[in-house]
Amino acid sequence: MKSVGILKTQNLTYVYGKGTPFERKAVDNVSLSIKKGVITGIIGHTGSGKSTLIQHFNGLIKPDEGKVFFDGNDIWEKGKIMPGLRFRVGLVFQYPEYQLFEDTVYKDIAYGPKNMKLPANEIKERVHEAASFFGISPDMLRRSPFELSGGQKRRVAIAGVMAMRPELLILDEPAAGLDPIGRKTVFGLIRSYCIRTGCTVIIVSHSMEDMAEYADRIVVMNQGGLFCHDDTPVVFSRADEIAAIGLDVPQISKVFSLLRKKDIMFDENIYTVEKAKEIIKEYLSRKGGAEDC
Amino acid sequence: MLKDITLGQYFPGNSIVHRLDAGVKIIITMVFVVMLFTADTFVSISAGVLFMVMSYLLTRLTPSLMLKSLRPVVPILIITALLNVFFYEGDVVFRLWFLKITDDGLKNAAFMLIRVVSLIVGSSVLTYTTSPIELTHAIEKLLSPLKKLKLPVHELAMMMTIALRFVPTLIEETDKIISAQKARGADFENGSLRERAGAIVPVIVPLFVSAFRRAEELALAMECRCYRGGDGRTRMRTSHIKPSDIAAFGVSLIFLAAVIAADIIFK
Repeated sequence: MKSVGILKTQNLTYVYGKGTPFERKAVDNVSLSIKKGVITGIIGHTGSGKSTLIQHFNGLIKPDEGKVFFDGNDIWEKGKIMPGLRFRVGLVFQYPEYQLFEDTVYKDIAYGPKNMKLPANEIKERVHEAASFFGISPDMLRRSPFELSGGQKRRVAIAGVMAMRPELLILDEPAAGLDPIGRKTVFGLIRSYCIRTGCTVIIVSHSMEDMAEYADRIVVMNQGGLFCHDDTPVVFSRADEIAAIGLDVPQISKVFSLLRKKDIMFDENIYTVEKAKEIIKEYLSRKGGAEDC
Repeated sequence: MLKDITLGQYFPGNSIVHRLDAGVKIIITMVFVVMLFTADTFVSISAGVLFMVMSYLLTRLTPSLMLKSLRPVVPILIITALLNVFFYEGDVVFRLWFLKITDDGLKNAAFMLIRVVSLIVGSSVLTYTTSPIELTHAIEKLLSPLKKLKLPVHELAMMMTIALRFVPTLIEETDKIISAQKARGADFENGSLRERAGAIVPVIVPLFVSAFRRAEELALAMECRCYRGGDGRTRMRTSHIKPSDIAAFGVSLIFLAAVIAADIIFK
C-alpha cells in the first residue's frame, strides 16, 4: 500500500518546566511521518513522551524547537495555530469520560460540531451517525452522561470527537481501565471506523499485545526520543531490542523467540495469536502430525 | 498556563532554610509579619526587607521563582497603589480634574507596595521550602494546646493536609480538562465576556464531578486503613528542635528588635 504522510514532525523538541528545578525534556528531537489511511500505534513507557508528542499534533502544545506539518502545511506558520486544525485533527484524551459535562448525551456529542459552527441539521446528522456507530441508542442520547456505565461513557466521549469528522483521529490509551471485552469492542470499533471512513488513526498505548493486533504501523518511543517507526511486522522482528529497552513484547513473540533458540525455525515473523495457531498447526502436520493441537 | 501558579508550591532542596524545623519556620514567618506591620518608616521596613532577601538567598532558589509568586497578585498591588496615591491627604504635587496626587500619597503607596510584596515573597519562602505535609504537622503541633479547649485540632490539620495535597492534583486535572475541551474546539481566549464565561462551564462541571469522585475514593481508602481521628496516632517522622532552629529564631528576633529600634529613632 503506497500512501503519503498526512502528518509530519521535524526535529520536534519540548521541555517541561523550563527554568525550574523540575526541568525535563519530554520530547527530544523527534522526526516522523504518519502514513495516511492506516492505524499507527505509538508505544512507550509511562513518561516516554507519548502523550506530550500527540498534543503537538493538534497544536495544544507549541514545540520549543522543530516543526509540525499537517497535510503539508506548517501548523504554526504564522506564529498562530492553523485555523480549524483542531477539527481536522481529533484528539481523544486518556479517560475521556472525565470531560463529559452536558446534561444529555446528545448535547455532549454535539459540543464539538457546535464549536465548528455547523448548521443545526448537520449537527443532528453527525451526532446520530457517531452515536449509532458507537452503539449508543437513541434512548441513551436523551439520558444524562453521568448515569451511564464506565464503558458507555468512554464510547460517548470518543463519539464526541468522531462527530467532528476529523481527518486524523488520535486516541490516547482508548482502552485504559476497560475489561478485556470492553477493550476488544473499543479497538474493533476504531478499526472499522478507520476502514469505513478512510480516516487516519493514531493510537497511543503501552500494550504491545493490542498494538500487534490492531496497528498497521508502530512508533516506539523511549525516553522522549524516537526508538523506531516501521510497519508492525518489521517492528516486531526486532522484539529482542524492544525488550531490551524494557518494553513488553507480545507474549506470543516471546514464545517464538524461545522456540527459535531451540532451533525450531519459522520463516515468518509471528506476533499475533491467530497467526501463531495457523503456523504451529502447519508445522506439526509437516512433522508427521501425530500430536493433537 | 495554570501550571505557572507557584503560590504554595514546594520546591525540594537541601539548603539551611529547607532543613529548619517547619514549626520554627512558621513562627519566624509570623515574626517577619510582625516586623512588616510594626515598621512605620522606610528605614525600619528596609530592615524587614533585608531579612527577607537574606532568607531568600539562603534558600538557593532562583530569583525568578520570587517574581513568579508575585505575578498572580499584580492586580491587587496595582489597586493598592492607586488607592493610596489618589486618596491621601497632604501637599498636592499634581492635579488633574478631580484627581489629585499628594506627596504623602506617593510615599504611602510606595510603602504599602513594599509591605505587600515583602509579605508575599516572605511567606513564599516558607511554602517553597516546606513540604505541605511538614507544614500541616507543624500547624497541628503549634495548635495542640487548643485541644484542651475541645477544638478539633487534628481534624482541622487533616483537612488542611488533604486540601493542600489536592491543589496540584486539581490544577493538573483542570489543565487536562481544558486541553480536552480545546481539542473539541472550545475557545477560551476569544469572544465576548458572556461567551467566555459560558466557555468555562465545560471545565467546571467535569472538575466538580472529579473532585467529588476523588473525595469519595479518599474517604473510602482512609476507612479501609482504619482511620478514626487523631487519638493515639503516631508520626512516621518526628521532628526535634536543633541548634540551627534556635539560631534562626534568634536572628529573626534581632531583626524585629532592629525594626522597632529604627521606628523609635527615626520617628
